[in-house]
Amino acid sequence: MTKSSARNIFIGGTLFFAAVFLILTYKSLSSETLSKRTHPENISDKVVWGKRIWERNACIDCHTLLGEGAYYAPELGNVIKRRGEAGVRAILKTDALQGWGTVRKMPKFNLSEKDIDGLVEFFKWVGRIDTNNWPPNEQG
Amino acid sequence: MTQCKYESQRVAYPYFLIAILLFAGQILFGLIIGAQYVWPDFLFPAIPFNIARMIHINLLVVWIIFGFMGSAYYLLPEEVEGEIYSTKLALIDCYLFLVGGIIAIAGYLFRWHDGREFLEQPTIIKIAIVIVVLLFIFNMIMTMVKGRKRTSISIVLLGGFLGLAVFYLFAFYKPANLTEDKFYWWWVVHLWVEGVWELIMASLLSFLIIKLTGIDREVAEKWLYIIIGLTLFTGIVGTGHHYYWIGTPAFWKTWGAWFSASEPLPFLAMVAFAFKMVRKRTREHPNRAAVLWTVGSAVMAFLGAGVWGFMHTLPKINYYTHGTQITASHGHLAFFGAYAMIVLAMISYAVPNIRKSGGFANQKAEILAFWTMVISMIFIAITLTGAGIAQAYLQRVVGLSYMETQGQIAIFYIVRLFFGLTFAAGLIIYIYDFFSSSKTA
Repeated sequence: MTKSSARNIFIGGTLFFAAVFLILTYKSLSSETLSKRTHPENISDKVVWGKRIWERNACIDCHTLLGEGAYYAPELGNVIKRRGEAGVRAILKTDALQGWGTVRKMPKFNLSEKDIDGLVEFFKWVGRIDTNNWPPNEQG
Repeated sequence: MTQCKYESQRVAYPYFLIAILLFAGQILFGLIIGAQYVWPDFLFPAIPFNIARMIHINLLVVWIIFGFMGSAYYLLPEEVEGEIYSTKLALIDCYLFLVGGIIAIAGYLFRWHDGREFLEQPTIIKIAIVIVVLLFIFNMIMTMVKGRKRTSISIVLLGGFLGLAVFYLFAFYKPANLTEDKFYWWWVVHLWVEGVWELIMASLLSFLIIKLTGIDREVAEKWLYIIIGLTLFTGIVGTGHHYYWIGTPAFWKTWGAWFSASEPLPFLAMVAFAFKMVRKRTREHPNRAAVLWTVGSAVMAFLGAGVWGFMHTLPKINYYTHGTQITASHGHLAFFGAYAMIVLAMISYAVPNIRKSGGFANQKAEILAFWTMVISMIFIAITLTGAGIAQAYLQRVVGLSYMETQGQIAIFYIVRLFFGLTFAAGLIIYIYDFFSSSKTA
């Protein structure tokens, strides 16, 4: 193989696989697929607010959400199922988060009632995403 | 001793210097979060885990990009046979990037941040990053236009930086639907580190191999195209290995598995290339440390990105390992091997040529630093792999809760912290050598 044939294979192959990827992307994010797997119609203002609170406090840099994030604290994609809505509210409300049931501690984020509502609705919505049955059990 | 042929190559020096200092900062924050795994009260609540981890990884990305830019400024004049278009612009851009970076990191300590993993930079900082990269690319293109030649190495390097800039733009897109959000988030993260950054790595590797072994450019550049071909043929669709469990269709399990299982191939090609060329070398380069970093980078990238990536990329395995310490072990070994080490190889090669006094760094100290850091990182990865296997079993097979599991695997975090400290010792030797030889050499 010469250098120029290697270059041509590189260019042609990259364009080809980029096209394959874009087709798969299109199929993944079509409104039909998204509505079947993620139920976007349930993304209420509260869910949107909850996602914003989730980001504002960089929760992902300790927790995982659908398995992505840091690995210092539990998975939260299924937290409503695991702890129940009341349990999640209690955790988010408690000022004594310092040392909540464990040795690792969650910082105090001074969440308002609206923030807690948003987070709970956000977690509920995430919990209903079709994740191909991940995680393997309730423990996340 | 060889001095750099073009005066403007020296503009790489501040980039390299800043890269090394930020590297030290990254390791400091790595030690902080490593210590928090062992003593959760450490620095809490002043610097909680999420903030320290954000800084650890942001510093990593920033110092690597500083290293890439410095490498480009060093390599371009020799490649295109002409001076850098504007060294003044290069310096201004360097300081703009540094100030932006420091503001961002300091801001994190005061909870001024956005909240998607690795993309925590506030919007204004993101815009500054785009400006810095575009100014850099402008300088690079003008240098190539004005130079006498355009080599494949320089073109691939430019392609890598263009990709870096283009895919970073997806950091500005934040859909309300989490699945869609995560989907495009990977276009920054995966298409950077398992895509366009590998173009940058491969062109730096080719440059170093040509300089260090004296082999024919035509041969090296043919290998370069083979390596980056394998990278993008596997890596683009290989993004699918992140689309198993985030709400995207099940067909990704097939596409992601096949393509990402092939992602070790470009790294295997890099190892073959490095060893073959070193064996066929036509010169004995006196800078042994640079040769060691260069070959070492190919080998460690293959181990970290290739082998450790393959280990958990198939859906049947990933179902149990996704989001455990296995991911962390792969991340550490891959980033250090592929990107940290290739930048350190460029620094090792270029800095002695840049310094007017000439002379190499103390080779013995630098080689000691190399082995200390490499072996420490291997043990960090092995320790985290052990933690991850135990975690996957206890939590996902036995069904213990997350925190009970963490209690069971505490010993791994203690051992990991120990190797974090030995890594830091290697870095201290490296930095001491870097600065002491700048005075004496």
